[in-house]
Amino acid sequence: MKLELSDAQKQARLRFREFVQQRVAPYAGGWDREERVPLDVIDQLRSHGYLGAPLPVDSGGGGMDAITYGLLTEEIGRGCSSLRSLLTVHDMVAFAVRRWGNAELKAGLAARLGSGEALCALALSEADAGSDAASVRTEAVREGDEYVITGRKKWITFGQIADFFLVLARLEDKLTAFLVPSTTPGFSRTPMHGIVGTRASLMAELEFNGCRLASRHLVGRPGFGLSHVFSTALDLGRYSVAWGAVGIAQACLDACLEYTANRRQFGVPLRDHQLIQRKLTDMIVNTRAARLLCYRAGYLREIGDAEAMAETLVAKYFASQAAVSAANDAVHLHGGNGLTEDYPVARYLRDSKVVEIIEGSTEIQQITIARNPPGEL
Amino acid sequence: MADNRKARIKEFLSRFFRNHELKDDEDIFALGFVNSLLALQLVNFLEGEFGFTIEDDELDFENFRTIQNMDALIERKTSAAGVAV
Repeated sequence: MKLELSDAQKQARLRFREFVQQRVAPYAGGWDREERVPLDVIDQLRSHGYLGAPLPVDSGGGGMDAITYGLLTEEIGRGCSSLRSLLTVHDMVAFAVRRWGNAELKAGLAARLGSGEALCALALSEADAGSDAASVRTEAVREGDEYVITGRKKWITFGQIADFFLVLARLEDKLTAFLVPSTTPGFSRTPMHGIVGTRASLMAELEFNGCRLASRHLVGRPGFGLSHVFSTALDLGRYSVAWGAVGIAQACLDACLEYTANRRQFGVPLRDHQLIQRKLTDMIVNTRAARLLCYRAGYLREIGDAEAMAETLVAKYFASQAAVSAANDAVHLHGGNGLTEDYPVARYLRDSKVVEIIEGSTEIQQITIARNPPGEL
Repeated sequence: MADNRKARIKEFLSRFFRNHELKDDEDIFALGFVNSLLALQLVNFLEGEFGFTIEDDELDFENFRTIQNMDALIERKTSAAGVAV
């Protein structure tokens, strides 16, 4: 057993870290307050090849290996969870379309999605369909060689600006996936404001009012929309979110190590108090444990092991809770300062709750992991 | 060769069908154990274990309903591609 990053992976991590330190972390608090990631930083993601990074090169993607992609996601998530969520949703959809889209659809689109030239978002949740994804009410009707989509979606990350949406709809009561361009007549979107976490992720409600699509926009076969197309997307999403959660936990640790070294109470730095040391130790150990689970999931993804999905569930389950725990302690260790916008830890706490809910809540993971246990290590 | 393939599929599925001796012609969907996660895991397993890719137009529950059907899918895919499994 060898658990070590390659030189190339270490160098890539340094590049990602430098990018985040220069272009992301200093501005993330402002983006959070403004509820908007600026378009120029998305352009920078694109120009660095960070959108579509895990897609194969022949699909216009970056051909990044699973571990390096994890490192990228961790570093972006360490700086700004809202920006990380763009990587997550775009890559989920581009990956699922590349996997299950028909040749005609991919011929015209794969390179644009793989390169991030066109942005994608996942349109799954509805006002009354969250964890129970199979209960979506958005409807698709076949009319000749076309499909007509009608319904509403809610909580759509980067829904305000995405160019394409992977939509789950019922076609003759079969759960079916469609790729809907935002230019389709009948499509409209309404920004959502006042979200507690990942506030800059340009969330929107979507309306599909008789959106008429050519048959090539069907992704996978009717009836396989949730079980295969969306499951493919969600599997990558869980992997991405797990690494993003590690990023939050690491950011909390960074902030706390600095704060407790400088802040003095009772005549000594905070870090010299044993109860503070206990919290720091928990944060250090849980962050490392979460990262190791992500490495394990990434390794299995890289070698194409069928256990990868189950290990990814485990990683997401643990890492998202580790992020919440670290962020909760981080706010606590910062005392009154932790409750202000002068320090980033309150944002980390708000963002950490999001990663515990999206791509399968902690409770859904508990059910799923018990039913699909990974094999022996 | 077919028996070997069926045994490999059965071994994979057995983790999810504990305390049930799965027969080659038994409908795995009717048994109620298959959720969306396992359905995709099964696709990933068949692709990784036997070295082929299932295309979007091959998504048909019949292909995955029984071990026999899965074996037939493998036979079609690998003989078309000239892959020995």
